[in-house]
This record gives sequence, structure tokens and C-alpha cells, in this order.
Amino acid sequence: MLAFAIYLSFAGALVLALLPKGKNELARWLALAVAVAGLALAVQGFVAGMGQGRTVLVDLPWVPSMGIHFLLAADGISRVLVLLTGLAAVAGVLFSWNIEVRTNEFFAFFLALIGGVYGVFLSFDLFLLFVFYEIAIVPKYFLIAIWGSTRREYAAMKLALYSFAGSAMVLTGLLAAYTTAGSHSTGLVELAHAGLPVSFQMWCFPLVFTGFAILAGMWPFHTWAPTGHVAAPTAASMLLAGVVMKLGAYGCLRVAIALFPRGLDPWGFSYIGIGSWRDVFALLAVVGIVYGALVALVQTDFKFVIGYSSVSHMGFVLLGLMTLNQIGMTGAVLQMFSHGIIAGLLFAIVGRIVYERTHTRQLAELETMHLSRRLPFAAWAFVIAGMASMGLPGFSGFVAELQVLVGAWTAKPWWTIAAGVGIVVGVAYTWRAMQKAFFSDARPSAHELEAEHGHEFAAITWPEVTGVVMLTGVSLFVGLYPKILLDAIEPAVKALLAGGVQ
Amino acid sequence: MNYADLFRITLPETALEVAALLVLVVDLGFLRKAALRLRVAVAALLGMAGCGAAIWALFWSTGTGNVWGLGLANSHELLLVSTFYVGAAQTGILLLTAVTLTLLVGSDFTRHIGEYVAVVLMAAAGGLLVAGAQDLLVIFVGLELLSLGLYILTGFAKSSGKSAEAALKYYLFGGMSAAFLLFGFSYFYGLTGSTNLVKIQEAIAASGPSPLFYVAWILVVAGLGFKIAAVPFHLWAPDTYEGAPAPAAAFIASVSKVASFTLLISLSLAWLRPGEGSGAWPQLAGVLMVLAAASMIVGNLAALAQVSVRRLLAYSAIAHAGYMLLGIAFIHGNAGQSGPSDFSKAALTSTFSSANAVLYYILTYGLTTIGAFGVVDVVQRATGSDKLDAFLGLHKRNPVLAAVLLVLFLSLAGIPPLVGFWAKFNLFAAVLGVSAGPVPFVLVALAVAFSAVSLYYYLQVLKRAYVMPAVDESPIKAHPVTLAVLVLIAAAVVLLGCFPALLQGWIASFYPVL
Repeated sequence: MLAFAIYLSFAGALVLALLPKGKNELARWLALAVAVAGLALAVQGFVAGMGQGRTVLVDLPWVPSMGIHFLLAADGISRVLVLLTGLAAVAGVLFSWNIEVRTNEFFAFFLALIGGVYGVFLSFDLFLLFVFYEIAIVPKYFLIAIWGSTRREYAAMKLALYSFAGSAMVLTGLLAAYTTAGSHSTGLVELAHAGLPVSFQMWCFPLVFTGFAILAGMWPFHTWAPTGHVAAPTAASMLLAGVVMKLGAYGCLRVAIALFPRGLDPWGFSYIGIGSWRDVFALLAVVGIVYGALVALVQTDFKFVIGYSSVSHMGFVLLGLMTLNQIGMTGAVLQMFSHGIIAGLLFAIVGRIVYERTHTRQLAELETMHLSRRLPFAAWAFVIAGMASMGLPGFSGFVAELQVLVGAWTAKPWWTIAAGVGIVVGVAYTWRAMQKAFFSDARPSAHELEAEHGHEFAAITWPEVTGVVMLTGVSLFVGLYPKILLDAIEPAVKALLAGGVQ
Repeated sequence: MNYADLFRITLPETALEVAALLVLVVDLGFLRKAALRLRVAVAALLGMAGCGAAIWALFWSTGTGNVWGLGLANSHELLLVSTFYVGAAQTGILLLTAVTLTLLVGSDFTRHIGEYVAVVLMAAAGGLLVAGAQDLLVIFVGLELLSLGLYILTGFAKSSGKSAEAALKYYLFGGMSAAFLLFGFSYFYGLTGSTNLVKIQEAIAASGPSPLFYVAWILVVAGLGFKIAAVPFHLWAPDTYEGAPAPAAAFIASVSKVASFTLLISLSLAWLRPGEGSGAWPQLAGVLMVLAAASMIVGNLAALAQVSVRRLLAYSAIAHAGYMLLGIAFIHGNAGQSGPSDFSKAALTSTFSSANAVLYYILTYGLTTIGAFGVVDVVQRATGSDKLDAFLGLHKRNPVLAAVLLVLFLSLAGIPPLVGFWAKFNLFAAVLGVSAGPVPFVLVALAVAFSAVSLYYYLQVLKRAYVMPAVDESPIKAHPVTLAVLVLIAAAVVLLGCFPALLQGWIASFYPVL
């Protein structure tokens, strides 16, 4: 059934693209219906798959002469991420309810992107995975370039080129692995069992890992992320931070680590404490955590704060992957889910609820607007989202980051110390943004109060309330009862650690 | 071999020539005073019928089994083949010719439509000869027949100065390259005493390569490098693509390329065999590798700076030629194969996997690029310019045309699930599959990296069509037939991309079962 989430999204995209212009209301409801149906399928797949390992959904020969199969399957990791995609899709449609320009095209690109993301998470054939991975690039470009804001064409092109450069590295690795394995199959399981030589894995692992990690926002290849997030329309930044960055992290896990595990072995020599690719990428992840947080601390644009916080939080995912132990990697997958929800929420508040009413994202200007009084819903939503983002107990981010830190401590204690600094700075930048945007000290002058009366902000609409409640609810629920996701993730991670993909 | 055999083998070419004469007679004899639209329709239909007849003749002559008999048993007297990859290439040439003829509908660059179609058909006959030739003389005759046709077609828009300039440049460059080629051929004949590809190969394998052999090979590669617009023999391409009438440019970019690449495949299969005493393989293939790398780099980088979409397509064509040359350079791999020893279908197709991959690439590229020229032509006729800015707001002015452009350009950039991606993947997998070692890997990595670069300039066009605001929002009208053809091409690009095995199976079906 899960496979239908892919087909349904693409079919929805096609129908929306062919829809006559001007039927904006119909387009919205249609997109919402498709997204909700996708979420329903994801939930159903998640519930049905509880306690099961990998289940094959579809397996058809696609290009028999090269051993390429149309192989869709799901294990615990896939199911969790498909669930995330479903949630992000529904929230994204809800928060783009106000798109009035070329509405049907917007939702067509949106659903095409969602379809590609579902496809990546469910592919167990490397070639198929790559195809879906690339399908997701083009809609992103158009979503940002057409409906975006600040320097949108620059940001969209930068994002497209970074993505394509990353996927070129992945494609090179794919071709090399396929021909080196000589097994005439591109199935992930077959390739993992092909016994690729260690020397080969040693250079192919960093190539493929970096290719995917570009999309995961790994420092120093993260620069597309803040500009892209800021330029993108709200729904697109929600998707970018919510699921597209996870595509990269998922690729690192499912392809790079699972196919080339020996690429993480020590080199046999070490230079300033770095003796393997694992150390290299863990270092980059830690730098990303601290750097992203520090840069977020000094931003003047509200959306840039969230954009850099994404870089910082995705650093935890990559760090978790590099721990190579059960708890750290489980934490990494949970962090993917958690950050997907929380970043989506933050972008929705900043980009949609606040920006559409105030028409500014500059913290200095927001400071004078007394939003806590004039937009109490936004203020409280941001307080909750900010707490979740800081990783306070009770929210999903706490469990995820704690697991990553524990895993990192087991592997190399200094990673934990450095990442801990990032968490502290994280509290600081969230606090700063919250205070500046919503709770400034400046008392309104009588003149300002008078001006405000003339310009009441538009009322909060039902799609906004629904979206915020849904996302906070999920983050809170997972924070209080993480077992529901951990039960799915843990066996899958264990299987992956035990010898590639089972 | 007697003349009856020869006649039977060349039946497809004969069919094309007869159709060409028929078009002339009908157009000049009966439709002299008719409206241009009617004349275009009749000429194009007759031309397509000629292509159809030639395809039928191709299947008929292959079906009798005689050509295959000439193929292996008697390979020393072989003039022409039409099995293996050649059959697929020849059918492809005829199909693509028919598609380019449909672009004539609604065009007004000439009143001499009968002559135009006749020249196209004769050039296509030349293309068939080039693709199937196994003898230096036949190769040269075919190439000249093809090239002379192309020069005329380029200059066909008599009222356009650019067309005349392009034709003259093309002709001068072409004449020089033909001289190189003929000079190279004369060395081969002088060195081996034969004009047959297989005999030449055997003679060289027996005597070992002399320095003259390398000289001859470089001359031949220079001559053919011109035909496929490989760097540094590419200078004619941007001017010709820009100046030639759109149907002619599409013909040059597709049919002529298919024929030339098929010839390169034949030459490389015959002469680039490694490990047969010649020891010359690394140097010979090395020449092709240098051309491939140079074409990829120069083509892609130069395309970044273009403002004319036609010139952009020309530079992208140079880049695509680079990718394909990679497949040609490693056509045998470095494993030391000595031709097919096992004649089962599976073994044959795997022996020729690189050849098939190159053919797959050039056929799908040809189809895509015809569509691209079709779109450019419609826009150019409506706006009077083929500059990037002429595409502003295309999605409002003609949404169908914009959608076709989107599909075709993304396919050229190699985005899945479109056919361009699969062609690239198939080609690179074939290259790495037959040859191990750092050199092919580095070249493939270079090609993949530069196809990432290429996305930038294709997106420049799409950005104007979809993203940037329109200056002029008046709708662009396209002839319904043109639009239908373009939509069909886009549909084929999507369909073949989603089901790549279809075309692979089709090419494999030309491999005879023994």
C-alpha cells in the first residue's frame, strides 16, 4: 500500500498541472486531498509494519539487461521517514493556502517533489533511488524561482546546482560500484553483499557520502541551505528543511554507509587526531553544529536564523551517523524526523504567519511591532516551537539529540563536548530571536498605538491553526512517547549495522 | 557478389532516390501554381512515404538473410551491412528524416519546397550509405553525398544573409575536412593495399603499426571529427545551427550525426581492437579520448556564455558529441577482445554493448534535438529572434510549447526519468563495464561533472520560459501539426525514459539469431 503514496503524488501533480487556470480553490483542495491520502497511507504503512523487518512492496524487472529492478520496499527507517514526508506534505499544503499566483502549477510542483521524496525513502534499488533523488531537484528549482522572495532566482539556481553537483558525485559512485561489483544488479542488498574491495570502498565512500551530505547541509557545503530556505516560499522552505535535507542524510545512511562500510575503517595513519573518513566527517558535522549555531546568533533576518539553525541541527544527524553505534544512529534517524517536524513548524510561523502579516523579516523592525500583543497565536506557537527546537525535555528533539550525544560520547568524548557547545548556543539564538521578534521591551508610544489601530493584522486562518496544532502535537507526542518511533527504527539500524542492508 | 546482390542491398537507398525524383516531378510538374501550403504538405508526405518505403526495403533485404551472408562469411568483399547496430542506425536515420520533414509544415523560408525535400532525401540516402559502409570508397562516396546535401540545405533560406554565411562556412570547413579524410584513406590504402575495413585491420595486425598508420588515423579522425563537431573541429557548428533554416538545422543535428557516429562505431570496431599484435590501441583510442575530453569541456563551458538558443544548442551538441566519443574510445574496452567468438544473441549484444550504448544515445539525442529545434523555430517565427529573451513568459504565451521545451531540455540535461538520463547512464555504464582502470573512470567522472554544469545553461532557457515575467503576453500560435509532432516527441522522450528497455530491446532485435 505504501507504494501508492508515490503513484498518488505523481498522479496528483499531473492532474494539477493539467487543471485549467483560475480554479485556485479546487487546486488547493485537490492538493490537500492528495497530501492527506498520502499521510493516511503512510500511517497505515507505519502501523501495519510495526514489528516487521524489511517488507518488499513492489519488485518488477525494469531493465533486465542491466539487472535494474523497480524495487520498492520499506523497513523501519523508511516507514518513519515516509511518515515524516506525509506530515510535511499536509502541513505544506495547509501553509500555502494563500498562494494565489499560478496556484495549480505551484501544487503540481509541490506534489511532484513529494512524490520524488516518497520514492527515495522507499527505493531499495540504487538506480531507482537515484532516479527519484534527481526527480526531486527540478520542482525545488521552480518552487523557489517562481514563488520565492529575497534573491529567489539566485537562490534557486544555487540550490539546483549544488544538488546536481552532489548527485553527479553520487552517480559517479553508483556507476563505479555497479561496474566494480560485477554482479549485474543495482539492488541495494545485492550490492552490499557483492564484496566490494576495501581499497575501492575507501575512495568511493567519501565520494558518495559527500555527494549526499551536500543536500544534508554538511559544512562547508551548506551555503545553499540558508539562502535557499530564505528565498523559498513557506511551503518550499518547510519541505526543504523538513524532508529534502533528510534525503541527503538518508542517502548517507542507506547508500554510503550501508554499501561501503569498510570505507569508514581507519586509514592506518593519523594526522592531528584524524585517522579515518569517519573522523573527517564527524569533525565536519561538529563544525557544522557549532558554526550554524554561532551564525544563527548574529542574523538580522528572522528566516536566516531558522535557516542556519537547520544547518546546526542537521549536523547532529550527520554526527549521529558517524558514531556507528546503535544508540547514536538511532538518534540520528529520530533527529531527522524531529527536525523535519520542528523546522517545518518554525518556517511556517516565520514565513507564513508572521511575514504574510508584517511583510518584514528583519528582527529590528519586528522588534517595534509588539507581536506578542498583536499576534498572540504566533508568539505562543513560536515559544513552543522554540522550546522544541532548543531540545527541551518533552519534545522530540530532546530524545533525538540526547541519543546522538550519548552515542558520540561512546565513540569519542570530545565530539560530545563540542556538540554540547552547539546546544548551548542553540538556546541563545532561539531565545534572542524569540525576544526580538515577539517580546521586545520597548513600550509602545501613544503614537504607535494609534497607528496600530489603523492596521489590524489579518485574523489567523483555520489552515494555519490546523498546521500548527498538528506539528506541535506530533513533536510533543514523540517527545513524550518516543518508543513508538524507536521500536521501528532500532531493529532497522541494528540490521544495517550488522552487515549492510538485510 | 554480383550486381543483383548489390541492387538488393542498396534497395533502401534506391527507394529514397526514387522518392526524391518523384517529389521533384510532382512539385515542379503538377503543383507549380498551387498554394505553398499544399506544396509543402504534398512534398513532406511524399518524402515521408519515401522514408517508409526505405524502411520496408531495409527489412525486406535484411529478412532474406543474404546481407548477413555477405556479413561474416565473405567479409573481405563486404561493401555494406545492414545488420547489428547498423540496421538500427539506418532505421533510425529514416525515422528521424521523416520527423524532420514534419517541421516543414508552416515554415516559409523557401518557395522551392520540392527541391528542399529532394535534397533531404538524397542526403538521407548518403546517410544510409555512411552508416552501413564497410569499405573506404563507399564511406567516402556516402559522406560526400550527405555533406553536399547538407551544404545546400544550410543555404536554402536565400533571403537570409546568415543562412548564406553559414552555408559558406560549413562548405569551406567541410571541404577541408573531406580533404583530410581522403588523404588519410589514401595512406590506409597505400599501407595495406586494400579499401576493405577488415582487410586493412588484418594487414596492420600482421605487419604491426608503422608511424604512417598513426598519421593516417589522425587524418581520418580529423575528417570525421568535423562531421560530428568534436573540438577542435567544431567551429562551423554554432554558425550553421544559427543560420540554417530550422528544419535543415534539425536534420544536420540529428540525421547527419547518427550516420557519422555509426561510421565511427564501424571504424573503431574494426581498427581499435586491442591485443591483436598491433599494440596500437592505446595511442589510437587516446586520440579519441583527447577529443572527447576537449569536446565536453569546451562545449559545456562555451554554452554557458551563449545568448542565442540555437548557438546554445550547437555548443551543447558539441558537449554531447564528447560524451559519445567516450563510448567510441572504449568501444572494445582494454580487455583484449578479438571480435565475437560466441554468436548467441546475448553474447553479441554484450560484445557490442558500447556500440549499442552510443547508438542509443545518438538516436534519442537526435529525436530530442529535433524537437528542440521545432520549439525554437516556432518561437523564432513568432518573435523574430532566437535569443534567450525571446522565450520570456512562454508558459503564458503557449503553455503546451513551454511544457514540451521543459521536457526536452531537462532530457538534454540528463534528468531522470527522461530518456537523456538513461542514455547517459547506459553509455557510462557500458564504458566502465568494458574497461577497467583509472583512465576511463576519470573520463566518466569528468563527463558526469560536466553534465552537472550543463544543467545551468538549460535552466537559463527554462527560467525565461517559466520564471521570469513576460514582456509581451500575446499568445504564440503554432501550427496544429507542428504542435502535435512536438507533443509526440516529448511523449516519446518521457516514455522511452520510463521504459528504457523498450529501445534497448529494439536495437537488440537487429542482431541476427544464428
